[in-house]
Amino acid sequence: MTGTSPYPVLTVLTFWPLAAAFLVAFLPKDSQVRIATLVASLIECALAYPLLAFRNAPGFQFLEEAAWAPDWGLTYMMGVDGISILMIWLSLFTLPVCVLCSWTYIGKRVKEFHVCLLLMTTACVGVFAALDLVLFYVLWEALLIPMYLMIAIWGGDEKRYASIKFFLYTLAGSTVLLVAIVALRIQGGTFSIPELMKADFPFRFQYWVFLAFFLAFAIKVPMFPFHTWLPAAHVQAPSAGSVILAAVLLKMGTYGFLRFSLPMTPAASEHFAPLMIAISICSILYGGLVALGQTDIKKLIAYSSVAHMGFVTLGIFLFSKEGVQGAIFQMLNHGIITGALFCLVGAVYERSHSRDINRNLGLGKFLPYFMFFWGLFGFASFGFPGTNGFVGELLVLTAAFKFQTAVGILCIPGALLAAAYIFKVTLKMAWGEPTSVSGPSWYDLNKKEWVYLVGPAALVIYLGLAPTGLLNVITPAIEDNLASFDARKGLVAATVPAASPAPAAGVTPAALPEGLDSARAPAPGAPPGRSAAFGVAEAAPGAGAPLLSLSAVKGADHNG
Amino acid sequence: MAELNFSISYIWPETLFFVLVLYLFAAALLEKRHPALAGNASLAVCPVAALLAMASAICTFHYDQVMFFGSYRIDGLSQFFKILVSLGFAFAALNAMRQPTLDTEKRVDYFLFLAMSAWGLTILSSAAELVTIYLALELSSYSLYILIPVRSRSRAAAEAGLKYILFGAAATAVALYGLSWIVVDQGTTYISVLATKPWTMAESPLAVMGLACFLGGLFFKLALFPFHFWCPDVYQGASNETAAFAATLPKLGAVIVLIRLAAVLKPELEITGILALLAAVSVTYGNLCALAQKDLKRMLGFSSVAHAGYILCGLVAGTAEGLAAAAFYAMAYLFMNLLCFWVVARVSQDGRNLEYDDLNGLSARSPLLALCLAAAAFSLVSLPPTVGFIGKLWLITALWGHGYDWLVIVVCVNSAIAIFYYLSLVRHAYTEDPKGTIPEGAPAGTLPGPMALADAGVFSQAGAVVLGILVVILGVLPGPVYSAVLAASRTLLP
Repeated sequence: MTGTSPYPVLTVLTFWPLAAAFLVAFLPKDSQVRIATLVASLIECALAYPLLAFRNAPGFQFLEEAAWAPDWGLTYMMGVDGISILMIWLSLFTLPVCVLCSWTYIGKRVKEFHVCLLLMTTACVGVFAALDLVLFYVLWEALLIPMYLMIAIWGGDEKRYASIKFFLYTLAGSTVLLVAIVALRIQGGTFSIPELMKADFPFRFQYWVFLAFFLAFAIKVPMFPFHTWLPAAHVQAPSAGSVILAAVLLKMGTYGFLRFSLPMTPAASEHFAPLMIAISICSILYGGLVALGQTDIKKLIAYSSVAHMGFVTLGIFLFSKEGVQGAIFQMLNHGIITGALFCLVGAVYERSHSRDINRNLGLGKFLPYFMFFWGLFGFASFGFPGTNGFVGELLVLTAAFKFQTAVGILCIPGALLAAAYIFKVTLKMAWGEPTSVSGPSWYDLNKKEWVYLVGPAALVIYLGLAPTGLLNVITPAIEDNLASFDARKGLVAATVPAASPAPAAGVTPAALPEGLDSARAPAPGAPPGRSAAFGVAEAAPGAGAPLLSLSAVKGADHNG
Repeated sequence: MAELNFSISYIWPETLFFVLVLYLFAAALLEKRHPALAGNASLAVCPVAALLAMASAICTFHYDQVMFFGSYRIDGLSQFFKILVSLGFAFAALNAMRQPTLDTEKRVDYFLFLAMSAWGLTILSSAAELVTIYLALELSSYSLYILIPVRSRSRAAAEAGLKYILFGAAATAVALYGLSWIVVDQGTTYISVLATKPWTMAESPLAVMGLACFLGGLFFKLALFPFHFWCPDVYQGASNETAAFAATLPKLGAVIVLIRLAAVLKPELEITGILALLAAVSVTYGNLCALAQKDLKRMLGFSSVAHAGYILCGLVAGTAEGLAAAAFYAMAYLFMNLLCFWVVARVSQDGRNLEYDDLNGLSARSPLLALCLAAAAFSLVSLPPTVGFIGKLWLITALWGHGYDWLVIVVCVNSAIAIFYYLSLVRHAYTEDPKGTIPEGAPAGTLPGPMALADAGVFSQAGAVVLGILVVILGVLPGPVYSAVLAASRTLLP
């Protein structure tokens, strides 16, 4: 179950950017800082070479373990499986792209900017590699600070509002995550993620832990009602900030769902799945509709992110192989495509000093190469066949139709909307009547822009035409996770009434394991002992009821 | 127990502080004839003696002795707190070396009282008997009564001093009154004996009431709601340097006594339930009030009300882990507050109170000070990777599962409230541009702004960096310190 490496590759990958940040901080000149950071980022990518030895098998590989604070059960533990390794590659290759796309974009406080970039890479890689809950949380939170600074210092006109909103939203979610981590530690006896992924918790416990996870991850993704920080942050952030936000930061939320919610709280995930599916569809439709109405290019892409991430969460909570495959594929796609689109927006902003669609018209004539890349990534974004977006969306849609025709049909307008808003902006930008602002004086892509756009473009085509290699990496981990999920999703709920001294009327253990009957209503059957250990549980019956009504989405199961 | 069991080797830290006090007393008497005694070289004895005291406390960390007929304990916890008090005093004294609002002729006396207060706190760390505790507490407080109004030409300082004395005297009286009830009902003042007595309302109502009153006196020192009223006013009125001392070290004293009393406070008792409630209210109220402040020291005052609530959480848990977490968090509190006040005192070159706007552009004027301020702010809001985060993680982990899970949620949600005002420190230091004009006579290259002359010298940066490193390193590698504290707590609550 181990891939091997001559050196602790994950630790090195996590902390090399931190060390590089220290070095960069002592360089006197801006140009030196840029070059040093670029070199550091290329070294970082090269250091990841041993990760190529990753074997397509379930379980964690490249495990590293060291004592941290043994008296409190803290371990320094890192490892990757088929899901996280992709996210790590994504984080690694985002860094040089960010350095390049900020080369001329960032003019002030260059050194601090690059230190922030490097610190963010440390946190991003670490979050996906961490196998200890506290280590995960430390890195998860540590990312907030450089991201906040990036928006607050190098942001646009409303940077203050956007940066504070970003920080408050995400921190509010994480505070509850911390409570859940502490509860898992006490209930499960360990901070170790692999061990907790196998633990069986009582349903009532899972119920609350799932909700805590949900708040933290849904804000990060962001899912529909919690998404308002995203457009603000995206629009105000500098290009590199937007790229990291889109490519890596949002993935943390969906990664959290996959790594924590499904394995640690399987019964609650199953219980809340209808709600999650409903919210995901809301995100898809709402994100698409709002994106259609935008005149700011960056805002448009930000809202399209909400829609795309909706496909990811939808795929995850269908609990089928195709669904999760599609979700992970889509996570990677969104990272590549949206990251590249934000680079392009940054590039055009440097020329026109405006993100308004109407001030960037008719670029097809002056910037043909730019428009070529824009078109490619735009098409990939709405899932044009032959691009990677198509594969991801197709997998999720297949899973949705397999799951239930109604869910699949509800997603179709989302896919249509994506085509509509991308066409709208692309047509205007390519063939619109040029205004006095835009003009032949604009230069087409320069060498640096070519360098950082060709990579993602190649990936878009390659993954679109030959997705099998990637699917081979993720599938063993997915199958393993789903098998464990299927085995445990009903088990725990079935044991709840048995453990209870007075089972609720009408709830028989035998009726529980199948699907999501309304008889699953767990609240009355929970053992009193558990609710004492979990102080807030008393509020559950009230909170549970409205959520269950949403099972109507899935309730039609009986018909079809 | 009933032995004198005296050996000077047990009490080196106290003795060193006592010698320091004697030296400063002599210096204060002879100062007129030998002005050099009031100079920096002479006063540098303070941090040196404190560091020696710290070293001796580290060397005696493994001792476990009961002295003076059971009223004085030398154990891991007492030594841990002596280390903290010594280190804290060293920084507070260094901080006060450059004090623009202190008249030169009062300098030696100022340090005399500072040292006397720290001396009282080292004694308090070891006191294991209520009357001894009371005496040590007063020894440390009386000095503060004098220190707080010492700020030249400041009516606010006089007001703060008066408030502190009046509130303090009332709290002391109540505590003493409570002590008498405890003696009447339980017949002893030794904590080790008290721990074996019943502490329920049904069995010994008088003693429970007495304990509540005695705790009230302690909570006054800790500035816990509803005994916090003095706190923001005193911080605001006192000079920056005095506030740095008053905000940190006396709190440590209150915490050590509470930890000693934890043997009495079992989780299932009524009084522990009240403590949990006070902790929750204190945390929420402190953070909400801090949101509205403009004056940095007032904000820090309310923030310390909230932190008093956090520390109390560890005591409510009623386990060795909880006590260790409380002690650890007290350490975190000490370092992050000292760091915050250090930066505030250095930025306020003329000694006046700072507002958020005065921090504008600090990152350009002094990147190191700004970075350290950011570390302190993020530690105060308990963001990783700082000592504040790991301290709070241990507090809530210890608290979970002991019937106070709601308190854990209150504590965590409060981070989301607190982030706004702590983040403001970072925001002003890093993102806002300095406003105003360049003062006349400023050296070339000075940036505009009211605080244009922030002290960015070696002394100022070195102190901030040392504290900043402590705040971060203890957050990243807390294992050894925590293990030591936990082992010490286990002797108290096995």
